[in-house]
Amino acid sequence: MSIFLNENSKVIVQGMTGSEGSKHTSRMLASGTAIVGGVNPRKAGTSVDFDGTGVPVFGGVAEAMKETGADVSVIFVPPPFAKAAVIEAVDAGIGLAVVITEGIPVHDSTYFWAHAQGSSTRIIGPNCPGLISPGRSNAGIIPANITQGGKIGLVSKSGTLTYQMMYELRDIGFSTAVGIGGDPVIGTTHIDCLQAFQDDPETEAIVMIGEIGGDAEERAADFVKANVTKPVVGYVAGFTAPEGKTMGHAGAIVSGSAGTAQAKKEALEAAGVRVGKTPSETARLMREIVG
Amino acid sequence: MDLFEYQARDLLASHGVPVLPGGVAETPEEAEAIAREIAQPVVVKAQVKVGGRGKAGGVKLADNPEDARARAQDILGLDIKGHITHKVMVAQASDIAEEYYFSYLLDRSNRTFLAMASKEGGMEIEQLAVERPEALARIPVDASKGVDEAKAAEIVDAAGFPADVRDQVIAIAVRLWDVFSKEDATLVEINPLAKAPDGTVLALDAKVTLDANADFRQTEHAALEDAAAADPLEARAKEKNLNYVKLEGEVGIIGNGAGLVMSTLDVVAYAGEEFGGVKPANFLDIGGGASAEVMANGLEIILSDPAVKSVFVNVFGGITSCDAVANGIVSALGILGDEATKPLVVRLDGNNVEEGRRILAEANHPLVTVVDTMDGAARRAAELAA
Repeated sequence: MSIFLNENSKVIVQGMTGSEGSKHTSRMLASGTAIVGGVNPRKAGTSVDFDGTGVPVFGGVAEAMKETGADVSVIFVPPPFAKAAVIEAVDAGIGLAVVITEGIPVHDSTYFWAHAQGSSTRIIGPNCPGLISPGRSNAGIIPANITQGGKIGLVSKSGTLTYQMMYELRDIGFSTAVGIGGDPVIGTTHIDCLQAFQDDPETEAIVMIGEIGGDAEERAADFVKANVTKPVVGYVAGFTAPEGKTMGHAGAIVSGSAGTAQAKKEALEAAGVRVGKTPSETARLMREIVG
Repeated sequence: MDLFEYQARDLLASHGVPVLPGGVAETPEEAEAIAREIAQPVVVKAQVKVGGRGKAGGVKLADNPEDARARAQDILGLDIKGHITHKVMVAQASDIAEEYYFSYLLDRSNRTFLAMASKEGGMEIEQLAVERPEALARIPVDASKGVDEAKAAEIVDAAGFPADVRDQVIAIAVRLWDVFSKEDATLVEINPLAKAPDGTVLALDAKVTLDANADFRQTEHAALEDAAAADPLEARAKEKNLNYVKLEGEVGIIGNGAGLVMSTLDVVAYAGEEFGGVKPANFLDIGGGASAEVMANGLEIILSDPAVKSVFVNVFGGITSCDAVANGIVSALGILGDEATKPLVVRLDGNNVEEGRRILAEANHPLVTVVDTMDGAARRAAELAA
């Protein structure tokens, strides 16, 4: 088992013919993902060759789903057009929309989040690396060859910290690793992933990586205390970040006394989560539990 | 980006929100000239992006243009909580019968927009929210629907605005939503929203925060940036499209990915405790790519920071493998030549790490030390900066 994504997932790519889209489609295919189509209204009816694998291009998400049975869309569409792309995926009824695009205006992401309420679509991202169920499927830009399948579930706001943790614990392996993204408004939260990992029989322990900004980690801590019986290890980045400065991710900002790493660490520890001081220490704490 | 009060006022006015006549001045003479154009008395207000300027002496009344000039003379140059006053706003002073509060903001926690309104304005809203939460109406706004007249009435009635100003506040609420949505703001706040003795409701002070992600469609927002206040290194980094934040420390940091770089700052600060409190000198995320050119640009910025004594290059080779990153570092040092003068500690891990480390070992650059772990490399970089 895994969460959100498995060996039966059929993946389409919106923005497949762009430079990022085509580079990562090629990598997803190489890691065994069933990429069944791309979407580009201007290139509908054509096919793109990825090292000998022809991937058909459709004019729209609904058409691609009808023709291929796709249930996941990975979105690389640039910021000015990303809102329309997500809305199209939601309206077509796709099960999972993974929004990789960085730099989407928050009015657009808040709009498509509101639009998706009550629909059948789970949104992951935006501004995220996507998710991987190693050995089964890879929807996004997470490097597939740094880890293997296993019993740890991982949820993180950060891409490279996800990769670092997957690599440090590669001998134990992961059921699914989900990069939920560093924007102020995101579709799938730490809590959604914690719930899914709690319900996933294959996942034995959970790593949760957070960073400054907002109160997602504090809310996740409350959730862990009330609902999660599996062991959770945590890490929070940004203790040295100054107030009022955006640290790379649009959502990574300490505003006044709100959103500090210290407050997040304390909330997690109060909920029984062991929090590492560095990524390596966090990996060691996980190893003590499942190693 | 937070705007100055005068910029916020102009933006509100451009969407039809009523404000008092006035203008912005950089010299006492300009302040006097503005005061001559408008009704007396006037108020002279320091333009700083920090609260509490009234208590710091940054807001003064003036009875006539000469007085406005003198007050501007007092306020220009004033240091308010570390912010130097370079501009003052001169506006017609208004007698105030009642003060209210109105704002729209992004509610991150609930992934929606929020209207906040109160018939008790003037004080800090955080204080009101704590002391008299029942006096502050908080109404979620569905981002896919926005605020029309009916929604505005719902907000205004929830806050219990007096009947004599209800219609005016509803009209302002609709126009303020235009500011919020059409300008891609994450905060628009009027405090106070005031009723003058003649019954007219107007915005006397405003705060606006704009979303930088929307710059591609808000091309006129670039002109609102406060170039004078930008750190010179941050300004140069921005020209080169580098994601750089200047900090007060001695260890220059380069890494890939925002989370990993934030984590690197923390790990260096912990390690620095052992070496007399050495701290990270900057945040610099060169992104997943880590090409030679970007690495060279990043190193050039960091090495030109006189506070930097050592540099920690911390890269996880995921999308770009470690051999490519190592080649990037070697080429970057070649590009920089004699400009590279400070010791570099490099930690590489991830895809093709052995080849990456071999490339660095073979290049054998006198300034470069390779350390295998992030914690160990941070310690070495802190030690070199101590």
